[in-house]
Amino acid sequence: MSENGTKKRSFSVIGSSLPRIDGPAKCAGDTRYADDIVMPRMLFCRLLRSPHAHALIHDVSTRRALELPGVHAVVTGEDVPTKFGIMPSTQDEEALAVDKVRYVGDPVAAVAAVSEDAAEEALRLIDVDYEVLDPILSIEGAIEAEDHRIHTWNRRANIQKAVSFEFGEVDAGFEEADEIFEGTYFFQGNTHLPMEQYCALATYTPDGKLTLWSSTQTPHYVHRALSRVLDLPMGRIRVIATPVGGGFGGKSDPFSHEIAVAKLAMITGRPVKITLNREESFYVHRGRHPVKMWMRTGVKRDGTLTGMWFRSFLDGGGYSSYGLATVYYTGALQTVTYKLPSYKFEGVRVFTNKPPCGPKRGHGTPQPRFAMEVQLDEIAEKLGLDPVEMRLKQVVEPDSVTVNGLRVSTIGLRECIEKVAERSGWKDKHRSLPRGHGIGFAASSYISGAGLPIYWNDMPHSGVQIRADRGGGVTVFCGSTDIGQGSDSILAFAVAEELGLQPDDVRVFTADTDLTPVDLGSYSSRVTVMTGNAAIQACGSLRERLFEVAAEVLEVPADDLEMEEGRVRSRSLPERGLGFAECVERAEARFGTLGATGSYRPPRHPGDYKGAGVGPTPSYSYSAAVVELHCDGDTGEIHIDKVWIAHDCGRAFNPLWVQGQVEGSVYMALGEVLMEEQIFRKSGVHKIPSILEYKSPTTLETPPIETILVETDDPEGPFGAKEAGQGPLLPVIPAVSNAVYDAVGVRIHEIPVTPDKILRALDQRLKEPTVPDFAFPTPIRWAPGQGVEVPQKS
Amino acid sequence: MSDSETITGKRLLRLRVNGEVHEVAGHVTHSLLEVLREEMGLTGTKHGCELGECGTCTVLVDGEPIYSCLMLAVEAEGQEITTVEGLALPGRPHPLQRAFSDLGAAQCGYCIPGILLAAKALLDKQPDPPRADIEEALSGNLCRCTGYTKILEAVERAAEEMNGQRAT
Repeated sequence: MSENGTKKRSFSVIGSSLPRIDGPAKCAGDTRYADDIVMPRMLFCRLLRSPHAHALIHDVSTRRALELPGVHAVVTGEDVPTKFGIMPSTQDEEALAVDKVRYVGDPVAAVAAVSEDAAEEALRLIDVDYEVLDPILSIEGAIEAEDHRIHTWNRRANIQKAVSFEFGEVDAGFEEADEIFEGTYFFQGNTHLPMEQYCALATYTPDGKLTLWSSTQTPHYVHRALSRVLDLPMGRIRVIATPVGGGFGGKSDPFSHEIAVAKLAMITGRPVKITLNREESFYVHRGRHPVKMWMRTGVKRDGTLTGMWFRSFLDGGGYSSYGLATVYYTGALQTVTYKLPSYKFEGVRVFTNKPPCGPKRGHGTPQPRFAMEVQLDEIAEKLGLDPVEMRLKQVVEPDSVTVNGLRVSTIGLRECIEKVAERSGWKDKHRSLPRGHGIGFAASSYISGAGLPIYWNDMPHSGVQIRADRGGGVTVFCGSTDIGQGSDSILAFAVAEELGLQPDDVRVFTADTDLTPVDLGSYSSRVTVMTGNAAIQACGSLRERLFEVAAEVLEVPADDLEMEEGRVRSRSLPERGLGFAECVERAEARFGTLGATGSYRPPRHPGDYKGAGVGPTPSYSYSAAVVELHCDGDTGEIHIDKVWIAHDCGRAFNPLWVQGQVEGSVYMALGEVLMEEQIFRKSGVHKIPSILEYKSPTTLETPPIETILVETDDPEGPFGAKEAGQGPLLPVIPAVSNAVYDAVGVRIHEIPVTPDKILRALDQRLKEPTVPDFAFPTPIRWAPGQGVEVPQKS
Repeated sequence: MSDSETITGKRLLRLRVNGEVHEVAGHVTHSLLEVLREEMGLTGTKHGCELGECGTCTVLVDGEPIYSCLMLAVEAEGQEITTVEGLALPGRPHPLQRAFSDLGAAQCGYCIPGILLAAKALLDKQPDPPRADIEEALSGNLCRCTGYTKILEAVERAAEEMNGQRAT
């Protein structure tokens, strides 16, 4: 790690609210998203999707479709039979179903034709002989159907993964408690709804090379999946992630449509493009898991936590996707906000005949955070404590290890809580507003990047190459993918800061597996920390050469040099310096072509039990929110008046961009808590697969958001930065539920909190959520003090 | 049958887009969105649903914001169509484009062309709109990234700048 990156005291571009590098093109309509790419001789692909939630396939006949004029190729499961999936241990997906479909919308065949209309017509001419099976559509149904399996690879029928842990002595924790609280909770699933639908385009050129352009968050994982399914070496495949028109986690898996166009391009020798329509995007899904939860918490009379036992039941849908990670995530981060001396976690993800769930902003953590923060609000109320004060008394200490072996470095949670309480006037408002008017509070934490890669390896998580041009320009190459969060701009700004240039002097090439070093992708809020650190390291290496030459020319020691304002200059005699371009020329003359690389791999955490891989991260971000709202007791309608949110972002890399991430997270949380639902009929058909019916907030439903950035200068972060793109979603959801209670006196233990639920609760007709009976495995036990010694970086 | 025989139902359309007259062969059943993107290569106009639900494909027809997925291209003949490509002023961006870029109102950027045009239609009619009117005017355009905050601020800043230019 570069000294400059972390030790520099003042910055020239970091910390300024300068515009992003991609803003002008995006505002000019000049940015080319996947569907904007058009190629000569391009064919159009459509996918035939299953109308059944659960069925065996006895035969697929493509003969009539192939005879249709304009149709160039039709492929079925037999053409691409190799299973794949994002997690190496749960490769249970097929690009096109081979002998079984597992949800309505499961792809069965793919057509390439001269137009979308011709391809669509061809789909109607494909004859599929289905044997319809009973669909399994609920968590309980999946657990009970012991003789009726959706998959056969898994040991227990319809159980994808069941986990169990006990950290510390949870029985002792509950014995020590003065009061024990229990509750059940349900978080309904919802989907990402990016404005850009899925789109991919493939070419297979005469040199035997395949190129795929795709709106994907994870080109590296798509690269691996294509190689596996198409049986082509990775060196013959190039994956380019186009600028992504919104991802939020939904474009993080390798997908059927990507494999289909690649295969069809190989067969036809022509470019093949597919753009899914909006209805299909609802079925592709990979969104928020519906989760049923049970939580028991032991507390002292003053609110001090003594122990927690949490159970989660995840409705996974038809395939594994990221589910293995998701089930762990529902139990991992309860420990990093407030001191928790003992903790038991049991979680299970089941298969159902619905579109597969996966990662959505906050991946597996908003559901338990909702349960926990609502339960803490109830505990504070029963104990006669202020919920803000109760939490402040037990905030996790910096540089500490949690009961489940997670290493917390910096923590700005206390300041976040204090700031939102102060700005919102919490003390004067809580339990004091007139009926129908309420205020609610919650806090949370998220990871700044997953500590482990998705497939086990010892290589870097992120790599950066830089090239210095003799004209004075600098080019950065990195596999990272800009999904709108601004990761390209992060690279430009990190390099500009390190080399004393302006962001305009830096050109960024990203997300192209032929040109750019691997970055694992835009997921788990990992990109700023990992690419930022890799960029700093690459700059450090380049700077060494530049300083060696400059030291001779300027006749000052190299350790007296700095790069500022486009110059390499002496710190002690700032007038002694030379321009960046001149320095590059001289260095190139001395060393030859100038390039440098940098890479980043996250630090280890103390936990060493099986399952300890989910939860570790370079740094935890922290958030706290206060929501003020009106709730109409006659209609149940909620109007959000204002949201105050404070976020510990380490250092605000660019305050404007961080605010944008925070505001977007608050907005998305409000959609989830107030209206968004991924819901299905008894047949497995989506009830509302359109933007009109799947309601999401417009300008009229989005309240004023006051964002407060709390800076902690994390030693692991590039320039001290942590994540900002996901964490701020988490506290808003429970804060709304807690505010509804403050307004009208009913606890809604279900997300979304809709008017009908409020009215039923007011009539005492709203039933508490239930959780199924399930025999969890024997817990893995672990306690602090065990495991790996990990020195703190600070 | 050859491929060419499947291509039927096209006619010559005369469309005035961004001040220029274009003659293109377009399918009579195709929307203005499809003809702009696919026949004219004006891919700055995006699509999010093609059902008139998201506002992403908003363009201006005779100054009015419309969902280009809901209007047939043939219906737009004889009218003045403005797309995002026609928004910039000679040699410089429109104040809305600059404000959106400077304030970080474009994250993924996909909804932005439509929102810029909806905002232009508002400011052309009402140069100094209060926040509530901006919210109303943009309520038919979904954005999933920004929480709208920076978008609303950018429209206000652009209005301020445009009014300042008018005053001088």
